[in-house]
Amino acid sequence: MSTLTTTRGVDKAAALTGAPHENLLKERLFRGVLLACLVFATFFLVVLFAYIIIEGAARFDANLFLNQFSQISPETAGGQSAILGTIYLGLLVIAITVPLGTAAAVYLEEYATKGSRLSRTIDVNIQNLAAVPSVVYGLLGLGIFVRVIFGEPTLLVGGLILSLLVLPVVIVAAREAIKAVPPSLREGSLGLGATRWQTTWKMVLPNAIPGIATGVILAVSRAIGEAAPLVVIGVGLITFNPNSLDDRFTALPILIFDTAKRPQEAFQDLSAALIIVSLILLIVLNSTAIFIRNRYTRKW
Amino acid sequence: MSITKTAPGAAPSLRPARPRTGERIIEGTLLAAALTSIVTTVAIIFAIFEPAIEFFAEPEITLVEFLTGTTWTPLFAASQAQFGVLPLVAATFTTSWIALAVAIPLGLGAAVYLAEYAGSRVRSVFKPTLEILAGIPTVVYGYFALTFFTPVVLEPIFGDSIGTFNMLSAGLIMGVMIIPVVASLSEDAITAVPQNLREGAYGMGSTKMQVSTRVVVPAAFSGIAAAFMLAVSRAVGETMIVALAAGKRSNFTFNPLQDGWTMTGFIVDAAQGDQPTGSIGYESLFAVAMLLFVITFVLNIISIRLVRKYREEYE
Amino acid sequence: MTTSPNPTTGVGVPTSAPKTEGPRITLEHEEHGDRERAPMDMIVRTEDLDVYYGDFWAVRKVTMDVARNQITALIGPSGCGKSTVLRCFNRMNDLIPTARVEGHVTYHGQDLYAKNVDPVEVRRQVGMVFQRPNPFPKTIFENVAYGPKVSGVKYSRSDLDDLVVEALKGAALWEEVKAEYKDKSGLALSGGQQQRLCIARAIATEPEIILMDEPCSALDPIATALIEDLMQELVTKYTVIIVTHNMQQAARVSDRTAFFTANLDDRGQRFGELVEYDYTAKLFSNPADSRTEDYISGRFG
Repeated sequence: MSTLTTTRGVDKAAALTGAPHENLLKERLFRGVLLACLVFATFFLVVLFAYIIIEGAARFDANLFLNQFSQISPETAGGQSAILGTIYLGLLVIAITVPLGTAAAVYLEEYATKGSRLSRTIDVNIQNLAAVPSVVYGLLGLGIFVRVIFGEPTLLVGGLILSLLVLPVVIVAAREAIKAVPPSLREGSLGLGATRWQTTWKMVLPNAIPGIATGVILAVSRAIGEAAPLVVIGVGLITFNPNSLDDRFTALPILIFDTAKRPQEAFQDLSAALIIVSLILLIVLNSTAIFIRNRYTRKW
Repeated sequence: MSITKTAPGAAPSLRPARPRTGERIIEGTLLAAALTSIVTTVAIIFAIFEPAIEFFAEPEITLVEFLTGTTWTPLFAASQAQFGVLPLVAATFTTSWIALAVAIPLGLGAAVYLAEYAGSRVRSVFKPTLEILAGIPTVVYGYFALTFFTPVVLEPIFGDSIGTFNMLSAGLIMGVMIIPVVASLSEDAITAVPQNLREGAYGMGSTKMQVSTRVVVPAAFSGIAAAFMLAVSRAVGETMIVALAAGKRSNFTFNPLQDGWTMTGFIVDAAQGDQPTGSIGYESLFAVAMLLFVITFVLNIISIRLVRKYREEYE
Repeated sequence: MTTSPNPTTGVGVPTSAPKTEGPRITLEHEEHGDRERAPMDMIVRTEDLDVYYGDFWAVRKVTMDVARNQITALIGPSGCGKSTVLRCFNRMNDLIPTARVEGHVTYHGQDLYAKNVDPVEVRRQVGMVFQRPNPFPKTIFENVAYGPKVSGVKYSRSDLDDLVVEALKGAALWEEVKAEYKDKSGLALSGGQQQRLCIARAIATEPEIILMDEPCSALDPIATALIEDLMQELVTKYTVIIVTHNMQQAARVSDRTAFFTANLDDRGQRFGELVEYDYTAKLFSNPADSRTEDYISGRFG
């Protein structure tokens, strides 16, 4: 009848249970090392936040928002101009990158012939620009916008170069959002006799808005954290609030940079408090982006 | 059976296509928007190369001295100014390799864990962590390096051999800043590896570690290589961390315990000095920027080539 | 025989005819095609095998045994659990987080799901070929050498090379790739060649059993015929269990065939169960169960 075992078979079966303890140890170690990488990053973040909060909590007071910066009385100095400047910059970047980035993305996705020399050149350019260091954008601002066109590092100039800096991010995000809209929607619209633009404006873009919004928010978050381009174009410290696009301005990262360089403890504490403000901005913006992404992104 | 709605006997009412001018204008506008990227690149190249060329046209300066000289004091008075850029390059190199030594292993490790091992709960905790790390302004990292990391961590270890400003602190902290870049892009590349490749490997009796290291990561190589190249670009181009923590000494050294002036650090410091347009000091800014631009451009080309080469082999 | 604990779902199992315990197996000596069968040597068997996905009792009470050096085919309509059962033989279901196996799968008397059994080792002795060819993005040589390399045994360069060549020969691929197998990427081969590469990969670890999950469904008829011929050669050295949705293929290649079907439980969920298991010739010409007859004659499926 049937035999379930043969001598050779028993050997084979026994091999299955040979203690793989050495194997198991290596596996566990490997997994542990990988996890440690992740844990380290988190640990660092916790230490960073804790340090900032400890150093800056004392100065996180009303003065921070109500007063301007002062070199002689840092204990009560504030960063009103810088905070306002950062907010204005953020709004300016949104105002510039949303139309410009979306329009570029629409052209590349809806109108351009894929693979043509033009689209490939534009693609390479966008990729290249994303890798260019932010100081170089600052020098572009300095060499052309400040020295040649506008004469001064005004709010408009700051907004322009920051927008150029993050434009690749917005374009990529908008392209992804547009790509995610299924072709069947477009075909349906075109099939009913709509023009290309009508299809884009009425069908494609409304469905791409959450993706574009997420990309814009993340881009703005990055833009308002940048100091280098602004320093290079000559943005320094001011103690008045800008009122128009032609005014000079200052921004949180600039103020943080300046105060961090001063060794006196009062300035260091002020610096930390300002950092708390910028971290709050960061968290608010990131959470908004995540909220929009989770709530409104449709799975087709 | 007629499909047109005209009266019987009349010609079909399909008019020839009118040129839709509205559409044309819109397409033109959109094209203009898309062209801004090209315009920006051209503007950057022009903005940088023009003063840089002026720089090299100055009688005291030769390209050879620029690229091989080891003293960099362009802002000094004319008779004493020296224009060898190597100290800046050495400092950039030192801070960058330290940063990459941190970011690449930790970032890749985190990516493999997130992609291959982590359950959804773990992911929901750790992914936002990485996103936040990525969004923190670099001045904050610089502040942390200068006021905490150097005095509290490095000085106890190295004692007197390390100064308040040093390249090690800037490099290490820069490395942590770059971890999310490596982790996020690598993770995308790894999750894109098709599941049936893993199944094939498991089916032959591989352990999880073997599947990850011998099959999945090699298969994801092109994306991971792109992540690495982007990390290198970020390290080379980073400004605020080095401006705050690495120092301003123009000294040709690779010793991380010393202070150093990176290319980006020089640009930021010199720009604050408000150089008159057309002066050698002003032009030197752009000469260094040109070098920086060329380096990142070359890195980008290498990255594109790498990705293309390995993607072909994979598909 | 012990029965597995009841699931929290599924009260009754609706069947159309009263079932005897387990499927019908005839164990008399019989000739099948060209191969004369001595007393069958069962090397792996299942006993009341149940597979759950979470709470859902997906495959119910499969009892069958597989004989050495035979091709055993698992057939049935889609959703009947035949792939799931196949994957129990090499513990591939372990990779699905919600999957749970109850009952017994014994290999040479050893319960494969016993606590001290290393699934990695199981998969070295039980090889698998998948529905869509999945060669690694490496050279042909590297693909075939992969299994031996990860097994922990140290091979010299020449031993490894010999092993690879033998495996490629055993998979009827050697003649076609011998000029460039060390440089050419596995992905540069045609679909049929890729699948034979996967077979070479599987036999390189010298398994005893080869599982094949619809190995030809992604291939053209000529490649399919090549692989079916290859199976007849493979079975002289290995034991082959093949899942196929193509009845004619089962009739062509296999020695014994197990027919599975999908039922609906009273929650409206599909589950799979084994209906009939017999020598192929008998199953196809004179099936014992009416459901088998219905499937074979094309009335459903």
